[in-house]
Amino acid sequence: MKKLVILGAGTGGTIMANKMRKELDRDEWDITIVDKHKTHYYQPGFLFIPFGMYKKRDVIKPKADFIPYGVNVVYSEVDRVDGEKNQVILQDGVVLNYDFLVIATGVRIFPDETPGIKGSLWHKKVFDFYTIEGSSALANFFKTWEGGDLVLNIAENPIKCPVAPLEFVMFADAFFVERGMRDKVNIKFVTPMSGAFTKPRASKVLGGLLKEKNIEIVPDFYIEKVDNENQKIVSYDEKEVHFDCLITIPVHKGDPMIGRSGLGDDMDFALTDKYTLRSDKFENIFILGDAANIPTSKAGSVVHFASEIVFENLMCAIENRPLTGKFDGHSNCYIETGFGKGALIDFNYDTEPLPGHFPFPGIGPFGLLKETRMNHYGKLIFRWMYWHILLKGKEMPISAHMTMAGKKLHDI
Amino acid sequence: MAEKTYAGVTINVDEEGYMTDSSQWTKEVAAEIAKEEGIDELTDTHYAVLEFIRQKVSEGATLTIRAIGKSGHTDIKGFYKLFPGAPLKKATKIAGVPKPSSCV
Repeated sequence: MKKLVILGAGTGGTIMANKMRKELDRDEWDITIVDKHKTHYYQPGFLFIPFGMYKKRDVIKPKADFIPYGVNVVYSEVDRVDGEKNQVILQDGVVLNYDFLVIATGVRIFPDETPGIKGSLWHKKVFDFYTIEGSSALANFFKTWEGGDLVLNIAENPIKCPVAPLEFVMFADAFFVERGMRDKVNIKFVTPMSGAFTKPRASKVLGGLLKEKNIEIVPDFYIEKVDNENQKIVSYDEKEVHFDCLITIPVHKGDPMIGRSGLGDDMDFALTDKYTLRSDKFENIFILGDAANIPTSKAGSVVHFASEIVFENLMCAIENRPLTGKFDGHSNCYIETGFGKGALIDFNYDTEPLPGHFPFPGIGPFGLLKETRMNHYGKLIFRWMYWHILLKGKEMPISAHMTMAGKKLHDI
Repeated sequence: MAEKTYAGVTINVDEEGYMTDSSQWTKEVAAEIAKEEGIDELTDTHYAVLEFIRQKVSEGATLTIRAIGKSGHTDIKGFYKLFPGAPLKKATKIAGVPKPSSCV
């Protein structure tokens, strides 16, 4: 029996398990998927929890529900990969041999990287919303909060779902307007970037939206520490911003296992060819999703597009053919802007987000880089599609490669 | 694409003034770009950091302020003192490498 091992049973790993089990003959191929957790989180849903729009039960399901029959599931922490020996060594000493390996271990937050985040105010006045614990604690806090300086700070890029912090402050604006206390809440968006977003046109449009909503952008702020006593965040060049409630997007890193295995960079992101999605280190290892160091968004939509390329190339490698799949960095994000509206951006390695219509040129129904009600519904419908179509590796109505059809290069 | 003349040499730059051909870089070119960015004189530490950045970029690594803080040439606070304001943007411009995409 030949062996395929998949590390991580999140969005990427689950999709790959479904795709590969369908493709590979059960008499020839043994497929094993490894994850330390038994619960699958719909991570885009974390954003909605602080504002009472989703509850915990809306975003969790057992991982096992999505792993197909005929795939071995191992719930264990991975100690390291030994690429020379084609072995995965689990924390309890168990060794899994593989012919091919897919690493889809994702990315997570490391609040301890910034002094003071996990200080005396942690989950009292300082919150994250990238974990179920953080977003739930914040939901409780908002129920009785009387207002003050609401500061959102991005510690470092890259982060998971780079538009989420923008959505958060726009949701917060709508939330406090609806509660009749927006005049008591001063919202600040404090970022190490020089604007609302990295890509120029989107930054202009999204920055404009924040301004309209009276959300102040504090750019070029690179946080050194949180001063719990005086409720301030302090940057390396000694700028200070006071907070009554701090929403931190802590430093993100890949799984430390990638570092222990010698497969990654100094942030534990796996060194990956950005077109073939193969590991730079070993020819029989592919990297799927947020775990890779490729220059595109860390987000489920990207993982989904990339999974088609990993699938194609993994089959090429298994059958000893040259790799034909070429990833273009396609990313597609609905951006919630509050009050039942949303925006949508669609871009890749070479093309920044542009205005226009999606997916059908001139028709839509979704509008690119502008606020519409339809875009908001798109995001809500997506949760259903995620559980029922995407995770199971079924066909989605959007191509893995970005298209210029429907996009306008000029007039913004 | 635009061109600029630094230290008597014509250099290709993008619309934001970042060099598009890293091989055109010299210490003299760096010193002149630095002046435009408000840094009057480049010290040995400046050059060590610039070389580190060029090295990292040529290896295809993602450049972060954190990585420069761990480079052994300076810490993050020191990096801010060397290139005040927006150190990574200034330092990459002076090092003649593309503006860091810092991911989307």
